[in-house]
Amino acid sequence: MTRRQLLILLPAAAVAWEHILAGTPEASPNYTMSEHWWGMLMDITKCIGCGSCVRACQLENHVPDGYYRTWVERYQVLDWTVETPHVDSPDGGKNGFPPPKEVGGKNFFVPKMCNQCADSPCTQVCPVGATFVTPDGVVLVDQKYCLGCRYCVQACPYGCRFINPSTETANKCTLCYHRITKGLTTACCEVCPTGTRQLADLKNPKDPIHEFLKNHSVQVLKPHLATKSKCFYYGLDGSVR
Amino acid sequence: MAAVFLVGVLAFLGLRGLLVPRSFGQYGHYRGDAIKEIAALPVSYAGHQVCEGCHTEVLDVKSKGMHKGVACESCHGPQAKHADDPAAVQPAKLDTAVLCVRCHAANSSRPKNFPQVGAAEHSGGEACNTCHQPHSPAMVAGGSQ
Ligand code: HEC
Ligand code: HEC
Ligand code: HEC
Ligand code: HEC
Repeated sequence: MTRRQLLILLPAAAVAWEHILAGTPEASPNYTMSEHWWGMLMDITKCIGCGSCVRACQLENHVPDGYYRTWVERYQVLDWTVETPHVDSPDGGKNGFPPPKEVGGKNFFVPKMCNQCADSPCTQVCPVGATFVTPDGVVLVDQKYCLGCRYCVQACPYGCRFINPSTETANKCTLCYHRITKGLTTACCEVCPTGTRQLADLKNPKDPIHEFLKNHSVQVLKPHLATKSKCFYYGLDGSVR
Repeated sequence: MAAVFLVGVLAFLGLRGLLVPRSFGQYGHYRGDAIKEIAALPVSYAGHQVCEGCHTEVLDVKSKGMHKGVACESCHGPQAKHADDPAAVQPAKLDTAVLCVRCHAANSSRPKNFPQVGAAEHSGGEACNTCHQPHSPAMVAGGSQ
C-alpha cells in the first residue's frame, strides 16, 4: 500500500468506526428535550422563610445534612446601608428563622439555588466533560464521570456546588430533572406555599412566565457576570449578593 | 513504516472505542446517557394532583379555603410511596404544634401581609386544630373557610 492510498483510506475507516460506536440514540417516549428551555421565577415579595423548599429538596434529592442544593437567606438592611446588609441562613433556612435580633429596617428572604446559566462558568472548566448544559437548558453533573476535582465548585459564582462527602463527586441542583421530564414540577416549587417559586418553561408559549416577564421588573443575580442566568428574581433588592 | 502507522492508528481507535462511552458526544462534549440516567431517578413527592385523585373530599374542603394554594405534601411530607400503595404505607400523623408555626409564627422578617400569630398567646397552649380545620383554616362567622 502506498502512503497516498493509506491516507485516503484512514479517514474513511475512522468515519465508519465512529458510526459503529455511536449506536442508535434511544428516543424518550413523551419528553422531547428540544421543546423545553427551563428556568425559574422567584417572587421575593412572597417568601415567608418557612424553609419548606429546603426540606423538600433534601428529601427528594437525598442531599446530605449540612449541604444544600437550595437554601434561603434572610436579609436585614438596617439604617439603609445597602452595602452591608445583615445576612443569615441558619442551617440553610431548613427549619425556618428565629425572630431577628434587632427589629426594624428592611426585611426579606431570598431563596437561592443553581441559576441554570445558559453560559455557565462551571461547565466550562470541567476537564473531563462530566458537567454540561442539556439541550433543554439544565446544568447537570454526570456522577459516573466526575473525578471530584472541585474546579466547578470554585468556578460557580453563586456558590451552588459542593462535593458530596459520600460519593466524592460534584453535586448541585438538577432542577429536579427527574421530575420535570415526567411532567411534574420541582420538589421546591411543589411545596412552596406562597407561590414564591415557580418553575418556568421559556419555550412553552402558554407558560405564565412570559406574561410575568413582560409586565414586571425582574433581575438575575450578578448580572455583570453575563452567565445568562435563568433564575429570575422579582422584587430583588440592591443589597442582595 | 506504513504498517506500523496503520497498527498504531487501529490500536488507538480500538482503545478509544473501548474507553469512550458510546453516548459521549451525542449532544456535546459529555456522556449523553447521563441525561437519561438522571431523568430516570425515582420521585419522593408525588405531586398534589396525584393525592387529589383519591382524596376528593379533602380537595373539596381545601379548594374553598385559605389553604387552597398550599400543596398536600407541603404539610404531609413526601408521600409518593403512600400514593403508590395506600394500604401498605400510611402517612405519619402530623403535630400541629410544629407544623403550623413553621409558616404562621409571628416574625418581623416576614412580609407584613402574611397572616401570622404569636403562637403561645394566640392558642393558649391548645393544639391549633382544636379551633382551626387544617384543610380550611380561616375562622369566619358561621364556620371555617
Ligand atoms: C390510590 C389512592 C390514594 C392516593 C393517590 C393517595 N392516597 Fe392518601 N389515602 C388513601 C387511602 C385508601 C387512605 C386510607 C388508608 C387507611 O386508612 O387504611 C389514605 C390515607 C391518607 C391519610 C390519612 C392517614 C391517617 O392517618 O388517617 C393522609 C394524610 C393521606 N392519605 C395523604 C395523602 C397524600 C398527601 C397523598 C398524595 C401524595 C395521598 N394521600 C395520595 C388513598 C390514596
Ligand atoms: C396546612 C397543612 C395541610 C395541608 C395543605 C393538607 N393537609 Fe391533610 N391534614 C393536615 C393536618 C394537620 C391533619 C390532621 C392531623 C393528621 O391526621 O395528621 C390532616 C389530615 C389529613 C387526612 C386525614 C383525614 C382527615 O381528613 O382529617 C387526610 C386524608 C389528609 N389530611 C389528606 C390531605 C390531602 C389529600 C391534601 C391535599 C389536597 C392535604 N391533606 C393537605 C394538614 C394539611
Ligand atoms: C406551608 C405553610 C403553611 C402551613 C404549614 C400552614 N399554613 Fe396556614 N396558611 C398558609 C398560607 C400560604 C395561607 C394563605 C395566606 C394568604 O393567602 O394570605 C394560610 C392561611 C391560613 C389562615 C387564614 C388566615 C386569614 O387570613 O384568615 C389560617 C387561620 C391558617 N392558615 C392557619 C393554619 C393552621 C392552623 C395551620 C396548621 C394546621 C397552618 N395554617 C399551616 C400557609 C401555611
Ligand atoms: C382557641 C381557639 C384557637 C386556637 C387553639 C388557635 N387559634 Fe388561630 N384563630 C382563632 C380565631 C378565633 C381566629 C380569628 C380571629 C383572629 O384573627 O384572632 C384565629 C386566627 C388565626 C390566624 C389568622 C390571623 C390573622 O392575622 O388573620 C392564624 C394565622 C392562626 N389563627 C393560626 C393559629 C395557629 C398557628 C395556631 C396554633 C399554634 C392557632 N391559630 C390556634 C382561634 C384559635
